[in-house]
Amino acid sequence: MMNELLDLLRQNARLTNAQLADMLGKTEEEIAAEIHLMEVKGVIRGYSAIIDDELAKSNEVEAIIELRVTPKRDCGFDEIARTIMMYDEVESVSLMSGSYDLSICVKGRTLKEVALFVSQRLSALEGVVSTATSFVLKRYKEKGIFIAEEEQDERGLICP
Amino acid sequence: MNYEKILSQRVQNMKPSGIRKFFDLAAQMDDVISLGVGEPDFQTPWSIRKTAINVLERKRIVYTANSGLMELRKSISAYLKRKNNLEYDGEHEIIVTVGGSEAIDIAIRGLVNPGDEVLIVEPSFVCYAPIVEMTSGVPVPIPTKEENKFKLTAQELREKITEKTKLLILPFPNNPTGGIMTREDLEEIAEVLRGTDIMVLSDEIYSEMTYGRKHCSIAELEGMHERTLLVNGFSKAFAMTGWRLGYLCAPEPVIRQLVKIHQYAIMSSPTVSQYAAIEALENCDEEVQHMVKEYNVRRRYLVEAFNRIGLTCFEPEGAFYVFPCIRSTGLTSEEFCEQLLAKEKVAVVPGNAFGESGEGFVRVSYAYSLKHLMEAVERIENFIRELKQ
Repeated sequence: MMNELLDLLRQNARLTNAQLADMLGKTEEEIAAEIHLMEVKGVIRGYSAIIDDELAKSNEVEAIIELRVTPKRDCGFDEIARTIMMYDEVESVSLMSGSYDLSICVKGRTLKEVALFVSQRLSALEGVVSTATSFVLKRYKEKGIFIAEEEQDERGLICP
Repeated sequence: MNYEKILSQRVQNMKPSGIRKFFDLAAQMDDVISLGVGEPDFQTPWSIRKTAINVLERKRIVYTANSGLMELRKSISAYLKRKNNLEYDGEHEIIVTVGGSEAIDIAIRGLVNPGDEVLIVEPSFVCYAPIVEMTSGVPVPIPTKEENKFKLTAQELREKITEKTKLLILPFPNNPTGGIMTREDLEEIAEVLRGTDIMVLSDEIYSEMTYGRKHCSIAELEGMHERTLLVNGFSKAFAMTGWRLGYLCAPEPVIRQLVKIHQYAIMSSPTVSQYAAIEALENCDEEVQHMVKEYNVRRRYLVEAFNRIGLTCFEPEGAFYVFPCIRSTGLTSEEFCEQLLAKEKVAVVPGNAFGESGEGFVRVSYAYSLKHLMEAVERIENFIRELKQ
């Protein structure tokens, strides 16, 4: 049940326990217990809403920063990744395969704020070799959910 | 011109589909949220589309053999063996048709003489009776009941058999009820038919959409292979409605005759679709499983939701429809649908569009996203609450 339950929560974390119980053929109590267990174990780390920033009129800017760093003996990339994730401006940090090492998503109120954060904080960190910053212009889909207008259902209203 | 004089009497006598009137009504309104369609909401799996694109790029798109690409017929044969342990020889016992619809059409036309009676399990898909009438056959409905989970019982079948009975149309998993026939249920039916000359047209287009147990074909049962015409296709299982591809499997002497109708009316089924269908049968089990899993979540949600609202709903084990009973509202199926559409802008299909025995029910399709279904359920709940006041 765990995987099916997680699939549903990924689509919509606001489904009630009663709805989830209907969908999975379980009781409300079973669902509540399973979710509680996954929260305690840390399988579920949290819940957040997917927001269309344009409609929400938040004027935040968002940038993806590709970071190349020199790994440290014994702890590899962990130490610098942990340092970076402590900044409030940082939305996500991932270790990547390929031509750079860390992918960092940063949010700020203005372009300048983000640029300053990169140049003064990130670049200054020990071990950082280079940064490449790209600003996000428009989001179409996030975590499986459409942000851009969905295509219309072309199937018509009724057919046998 | 007096077209009434010109047009065939038989065609003019044909009843228009019961859905038509309701469809026109819904089409005039804005912002309708529909639960009315009988086709998957999923996109055709990518590898199938990719195969079609490759074929378009590299091959000349010419007619195939009348019965379909040999390679596809072999694939169909292997698929049926793998799924239901059925033995059909790709060379002599399979025709690739334009959707399941054509397979139904040529099967009925190929078997029915004027005056022959054709038993049609109802409620069911809308095309059987009109085709029977076109051949001057006599459609004989066999109503099924909710208390039997809309299965056909041996007793109901026996009561309708006469000397003129030529064919039984057995559409399971069923559109619109979602009912299925288990091996045990089918065994009872087979028992009635063995030793008779009655043939079975088994429309198994929803065979992949079963929940909790594997689909069983009546052709699997002892003595039934020789009296069964099996119809299936790609539309529902692989979300390929627009590709127009299905197939008909039957004993060689039947196929040898039926292929003549297909040859004169159709020539050969769409070539690009045929190539793509090979990919569907051979490499798309995972995609199908994924779709079925998703349908199952929606199915459980709707059954619980309708029962909670007070529209009792038996648990359908197949297809992608639920068939709640609306008698508690005091309305007829059509009144219910029309009022629901007018007041809450939700479109569902009146059960009697699928035969008189569907009266008192409505067909609700769950070939829609959960989000869409939840919105619709909320509106239906409102509708019922206001009806009660």
